[in-house]
Amino acid sequence: MATLEVNGKQHELDEDGFLANMDEWNEDVALALAKTESVEMTEAHWEVVNFLREYYAEYKIAPMIRILTKAIGKKLGKEKGNTKYLYELYPAGPAKQACKIAGLPKPTGCV
Amino acid sequence: MAKTPSPQELSKINHEPSNDGWMEMPVDFRPGTWCYSGKASALETLELPNPREWQPTDEDWKLPDNWETIIYEGFRERLKKFRSLKIFMDTCVRCGACADKCHFFLGSGDPKNMPVLRAELLRSVYRKDFTTAGKILGKLAGARKLTKDVLKEWFYYFYQCTECRRCSVFCPYGIDTAEVTMMARELLHLVGVNINWVLEPAAKCFTTGNHLGLLPHTFKDSIESLCEDIEDVTGIHIDVPLNKKGADVLFITPSADVFADPGIYTFMGYLLLFEHIGLNYTMSTYASEGGNFGLFTNNETMKKLNSKMYAEAKRLGVKWILGGECGHMWRVVHQYMDTMNGPADFLEVPKSPITGTVFENAASTKMVHITEFTADLIKHGKLKFDPRRNDHRHVTFHDSCNPARAMGLFEEPRYIIKQVCNNFHEMPENTIREQTFCCGSGTGLNTDEYMEMRMRGGLPRASAVKHVHQKHGVDLLSCICAIDRATLSTLMQYWVPAVEVSGVHELVGNALIMEGENERTTDLRDEPLEGMEDDE
Repeated sequence: MATLEVNGKQHELDEDGFLANMDEWNEDVALALAKTESVEMTEAHWEVVNFLREYYAEYKIAPMIRILTKAIGKKLGKEKGNTKYLYELYPAGPAKQACKIAGLPKPTGCV
Repeated sequence: MAKTPSPQELSKINHEPSNDGWMEMPVDFRPGTWCYSGKASALETLELPNPREWQPTDEDWKLPDNWETIIYEGFRERLKKFRSLKIFMDTCVRCGACADKCHFFLGSGDPKNMPVLRAELLRSVYRKDFTTAGKILGKLAGARKLTKDVLKEWFYYFYQCTECRRCSVFCPYGIDTAEVTMMARELLHLVGVNINWVLEPAAKCFTTGNHLGLLPHTFKDSIESLCEDIEDVTGIHIDVPLNKKGADVLFITPSADVFADPGIYTFMGYLLLFEHIGLNYTMSTYASEGGNFGLFTNNETMKKLNSKMYAEAKRLGVKWILGGECGHMWRVVHQYMDTMNGPADFLEVPKSPITGTVFENAASTKMVHITEFTADLIKHGKLKFDPRRNDHRHVTFHDSCNPARAMGLFEEPRYIIKQVCNNFHEMPENTIREQTFCCGSGTGLNTDEYMEMRMRGGLPRASAVKHVHQKHGVDLLSCICAIDRATLSTLMQYWVPAVEVSGVHELVGNALIMEGENERTTDLRDEPLEGMEDDE
């Protein structure tokens, strides 16, 4: 199984490079994960990641995209509350790329 | 994860088999054509044997020492228990009628994806172990010994079958190849060989009530969020009853309808419909999944997951169950439920509280498909529609495999669509109704690491959509299955990017004229309705 080294500590990753144990997440790990996705983390990127983590803490699952866009829209203004804005930040798709950086597990089922 | 080849590269398909005998062709575990193994934690939840860490590309699959005996005994037990399996192992005459009917064969050109040859992978071992001719004559009688390579071949090809049963329509003996695949997968489970995309959702269904893993408060808050969206578009405020005792009807739909694009718009359609007719219904946070990935696992898991719906119907004291736009749930309900968990005689024979229609076809399962329910409402003039609100769409209908071939549901969805849309166009005759082509990702193969195979398997369906897109300008592919809604969206982006995917009740929700509603200027997706603003 692949691992990711951050500050001298090895973190286990799953087949697709998601963090195997989400308790090991911290901001440095997030930066390292972002690097594997070639994403340069700006304040806007962190806002999404932080929302995902807050949502996960409450619901134990990554939010559906519509809840994410609604929350971003409420916080940052309606012009940013859409999938276009999220794809600008995370070109490979906010569901997978942003979740990976936030240390959340992959979604499953009819999705 | 493997990079998926471009549509141009994937379109080059060679259907000419090689001259080598099929028994001599080893499996190539090429990235993009197989799924990740089941995680140990999921196997433990489902109480399946041999939980461990492994991947199909490993040389050593860490099988139990006596794996051959386990498979032999498992095969023997199933031949005895399932008469159908014995018949399907014995009756094939290799006429080849099924050969070019499989979407995976059409899309890959791999001869082992001909249904006849896929079944032969299992039959060859059956002959060796359970028939006199095979025991004596061996290869001459089409028999071969079970080896680790054969087991790997089983895994590869029985997870390149979506149990869609299109081939069965053409088999002169009516061999149900889906049941052959189901039995092969059962045997593989006995030694711990399986895929995570089936087992993880099935395990989550046990621990949280649904495949996605939505906890009760997540389920509730998601529904409330969707109700806010409905109110934004229509001005109608809806409260969805959850776990309400004494409701007339328990409504069960795939959890993806509550939580995934574009199923959520279908869900909004259901809610508008129930509000429109004042239905006394409830949803449940325990029976919060219509789908049943147990069907793709084994009979035991299917039975347990199915029983959850009925246990909840009993607990809540409802009269009958209304089922949403799910695909494979209907194969389970229509073909297996009655002998697995039935009869559900603590429920009443379903009767529409609005029209009085008694659904005799559901007299035993007590479960009605929502398109049957809605079609009946329309027939009795109980719904008010403005179909112009779907005029911005040119719609076609994909018969989802299981409602089509496992329950014969052809007319109801079409009847509804024609009432709520002005622009409807059928795909070619040999790609719809009982001859419908699979989305290419059913039976839990809707995972990303398997993308090349999904795009190959979905090619025949996509080609038919492309035809009506070019001929009639079709830009919306409607269907009645949550796996379809998710996977056809990906398929369309790949092969026919101008086409989007929807459920049927999304179109119903757009067209329904609700009492006290605001003038609609957008559809349920928030997309503007051209010309509607100055119309009224």
